[in-house]
Amino acid sequence: MRVDVIWNQLPQFAIGLGNTLWLCTVSTVLSLLLGALLMVPLMSRNTALRGAAQALVDAGRCIPFLLLTYLVYFALPTLGVTVDKWSAALITLVAYNTAYMAEILRAGWAHLPAGQTDAAHAFGYTGWKLFRRIIGPQVLIAVGPVIGNQLIQLIKDSAFLSIITVPELTFAANYVQSYYFVPFESFLFATLLYWALCGGVEWLVHRGERYASLVRPSNG
Amino acid sequence: MLLDLLSGVATTVAVSGLAIAAGVPLGLLLALGRCAKTRVLSVACALYASLVRAAPVVTFVMLIFFGLPALGVSLDPLPAAVVALTLNTTAFNSEIWRAAIVDFPRGQQEAARAFGLTRALAFRRIVFPQIWRASLPALVNEMTLLIKASPAIAIIGVVDLTRKARQIAATTYEPLPPFLAAAVIYGVVLVILVIAARALERRLRARLGRL
Repeated sequence: MRVDVIWNQLPQFAIGLGNTLWLCTVSTVLSLLLGALLMVPLMSRNTALRGAAQALVDAGRCIPFLLLTYLVYFALPTLGVTVDKWSAALITLVAYNTAYMAEILRAGWAHLPAGQTDAAHAFGYTGWKLFRRIIGPQVLIAVGPVIGNQLIQLIKDSAFLSIITVPELTFAANYVQSYYFVPFESFLFATLLYWALCGGVEWLVHRGERYASLVRPSNG
Repeated sequence: MLLDLLSGVATTVAVSGLAIAAGVPLGLLLALGRCAKTRVLSVACALYASLVRAAPVVTFVMLIFFGLPALGVSLDPLPAAVVALTLNTTAFNSEIWRAAIVDFPRGQQEAARAFGLTRALAFRRIVFPQIWRASLPALVNEMTLLIKASPAIAIIGVVDLTRKARQIAATTYEPLPPFLAAAVIYGVVLVILVIAARALERRLRARLGRL
């Protein structure tokens, strides 16, 4: 074990980890917002619109992440949209995860008891107020852990971006291993960092659940 | 182009298929290890599952291919791909099997022991036939995830469907058709898998009743 090499190359790993972190954070927020927007056609009463949106989401969930990366990075330019590796990375992460976030939010919403919305209507809650006070918070609490799982998936998928030379964590590990020839140590250390990242996400979800159980009565 | 892509499909299906075929029983073994009374064994199995589940498949494939030779184990790209995907899916499958084992009604196991069945026999005749059916949907879900993660093996030079599409794109300078065709093929493979699994579940339910 050449721990000294890893120790000396910590700055490389730190840069990679930092890039992985901000790419994943930004794309999680964006894909959640876009996923929420996709809910409008997904929950629409118009069957054609709803079918089209659901087909789009289902198709998006069938495509492997790397293939979508290639589509964005190599095929978009032939359609006249030039992308550098950073925008390709963000576009891929956001587009890929929007489909999953939309499906997660839809499932969370669909599991709300139907009578509840009627009851809220009877109490005069409509439109935005109904969503903000009744539906929104419950959906958010219900899907919290699932979104945490998706975030972990997103962090792991982001490693594919090293193939289009985005300098994230796996790219940094590959750089260190090829430069100093410490393949086992380098990838193992990267794996441990991913482990810590995923553990961090799980901890956040756990905290969120505890907070949720404190602010709302236990009959939920 | 389509014919060219088909060789990539064969690689993707063969490598993923082998990994699934080995990973499902190995996952059960790992799950049993995690439920073992020997503390060292159960902790080691849990640690393995936790670490491997957190590792991105690309990183893990490179760890196996580039890292293992440093420990004296050299593998060619194709076997390395199969080994890496197998070790990966084993960890996820163990989680599914373990959930089914933990959920298994204790009373049944005690009844089996009361009837004089040994632990091994009770597992084979009573426990396994039931947890197998309970785990099937989750196992199939993990299979689809594995197939979607399988392009990671391209990074060590295995020409799977995604890499084949990339090669065609690079030689024809028309990336859109091969990538879209590959996307459709992945969709078809996944849909076939899911439909087959649902048909199997239906048949099991018709023959053996609800769980």
